Amino acid sequence: MVDSKQQWKAWLYLAPAIVLLLIFTVWPIINTVVLAFTEKYSTLANTGGTSFRIGFGNFTDVVGYSGFLDALKITMILCVATVPISTILALLIAVALNAIKPLRKALQTIFFLPYVTNSIAIGMVFNAMFNMIGKIGIRRPKIQSFGIINDIIRFFGGTEINWINTGSDEWANILVLIIYIVWNALPFKILVLLGGLQSINKQYYDAAKVDAAPRWKVLTRITVPLLSPMIAYVVITGFIGGFKEYTSIVGIFGETMGPPHDAGRLNTIVGMIYDSLENNLVGRASAAALILFGIILIVTLINLQVSKKRVHY
Amino acid sequence: MKIVLENLTKVFPSRNKKSNDEVIAVNNFNFEIPDGKLIGLLGPSGCGKSTTLYMISGLQKPTGGKIFFGDEDVTELSTERRGIGLVFQNYALYPHMTVKQNILFPLQNLKGEEKMTKDQMLERAYEAARLVQIDELMDRKPSELSGGQQQRVAIARALAKMPRVLLLDEPLSNLDARLRLQTREEIRRIQKETGITTVFVTHDQEEAMSISDMIVVMKLGVVQQIGEPQNVYDSPANLFVAKFLGTPPINVFRGRVQGGKLFIGEAEVMDVQGVKDQAVTVGIRPEGFVLDENGPLSCKLSNVEVMGRDVSIVSTHEESLNPIIRSIINADHKVNLASETVRYTLKPHKVFLFHAETEDRIYFGKTEEA
Repeated sequence: MVDSKQQWKAWLYLAPAIVLLLIFTVWPIINTVVLAFTEKYSTLANTGGTSFRIGFGNFTDVVGYSGFLDALKITMILCVATVPISTILALLIAVALNAIKPLRKALQTIFFLPYVTNSIAIGMVFNAMFNMIGKIGIRRPKIQSFGIINDIIRFFGGTEINWINTGSDEWANILVLIIYIVWNALPFKILVLLGGLQSINKQYYDAAKVDAAPRWKVLTRITVPLLSPMIAYVVITGFIGGFKEYTSIVGIFGETMGPPHDAGRLNTIVGMIYDSLENNLVGRASAAALILFGIILIVTLINLQVSKKRVHY
Repeated sequence: MKIVLENLTKVFPSRNKKSNDEVIAVNNFNFEIPDGKLIGLLGPSGCGKSTTLYMISGLQKPTGGKIFFGDEDVTELSTERRGIGLVFQNYALYPHMTVKQNILFPLQNLKGEEKMTKDQMLERAYEAARLVQIDELMDRKPSELSGGQQQRVAIARALAKMPRVLLLDEPLSNLDARLRLQTREEIRRIQKETGITTVFVTHDQEEAMSISDMIVVMKLGVVQQIGEPQNVYDSPANLFVAKFLGTPPINVFRGRVQGGKLFIGEAEVMDVQGVKDQAVTVGIRPEGFVLDENGPLSCKLSNVEVMGRDVSIVSTHEESLNPIIRSIINADHKVNLASETVRYTLKPHKVFLFHAETEDRIYFGKTEEA
């Protein structure tokens, strides 16, 4: 315990951080809650001295909004699909990286690259990879160039797929997004899991050898359980990140949040929040943010509950 | 299952690629471990005893030489297929599994003819648990067990699959003194009951001497002496072995042999027939001293420690290579504490001569090599 005479010193040292947090974190949170319950709020009118009605109007607006359920659906699909895939892939890659000696550092760097690269830039690269460009003619469009993915498909004798351009199907769009998000989520997960793997006592693996455990059993019965705290962490943060999905869609499809012929098709909840802000509907944006917070809270609680049973020691 | 080690060698390359000072952890180890015996590998840290154990387990590959289990050459066989049980120094129990799951784990990995049904596995697991008396603890996690209990679980896990060979790496080092005594008796009992050829590694000579059928004393990767504990103690092959075995440790003096007599300083202390004149190192076991007012070896008396049955006399001598000389005398003898000196005669079979430079044993008189 800090001596009570010394306590003011402790507060003094904490002051810069506390002040910054109060201004940039705590106040905005409070303000968001206030705005969410303030109906038909407008900054301009507020400055003019107008008073607003307090109520649930913004929430009913959000839920009643035609795009809300679609946005929720897209968000959910992206979350549910990408978190397990990226976690399992990251686990396998981390185990493989941990097992090799030569080139480990080089490969680690390569796998870590997406983490330090701007996601909009990556989105644009993905856009180019999945693109079909240069449609000529309207009645009988003649495609002149493909992105590398379609080149590969054609090389193996398949037919090109319209991934993201005008006329593309929603499943194709979502597939591209899943690939992008999984790839983008890998580095952080690999990093965390690799760190976890390296802290596992090597003697357990020697013991497993003595016990003649086959490889897959070592992975499922020893590595995964011993890594379970890290896996739980990665899954929970993965879900939280997944519910906030937005930049990936902007990166690939642009601000239209969908292919040109169906703008907004891939909108997510965060996308909705930005839309509301752009339309000066601050109250509705705040309400949507609170709803998103509620969803993330519930999902995280469920996650924690599940991991309590699954995470060992 | 007998184990044969043939010219077993392990060289660790030096970490620094430019320099060539590689470490020879085990150098040309030849030994046939008889079936069903308990063997103690003994030596100070860094002597290669653990490396030898891990080569027998297959977790480390020998640089040279061969290992046989019975007549089967297992040198190239991976650990998984050697059918060994290994108890690690820190036990390496899987922390996320219960005791039962820990013991079942090796059984679940058995393949082919050895494959068991679930009931057979459980039966075997409980059998192993009963042997080490932990069948009450089967649903606990390792973190809920004491060190001694964890150690038993580790032994049960190693024994459950009926290994051809049981290997123990410093099995008692993590236990407190009382538990250590109890557990080493238990290891002996379990080994006798199962009859599994067992090799264990220790740096504690008392531990090795007390339970082993045979001990192997190692130093810097080279085997110094192999034999039954009592024989090794009674007839050490060189100064290192003599110094390493025995508590209190052996007393070492500078001496010389002249005309069949052994001199320590100017005192002629003993007849040593058949030894040619030379400078020697003399080792005298603490129990090799006999109090004798007219004895030839005169030492400065420091103090006397009473230990009940025995007394331990601490004295000094200028030719002694140790700072103090410790002798153990039956408590019936009275020591005159007022006296400044204490005089001894020596028991010839407790006195060993070693070459002053090579430190090899020089045999004399009746105490021929056993």
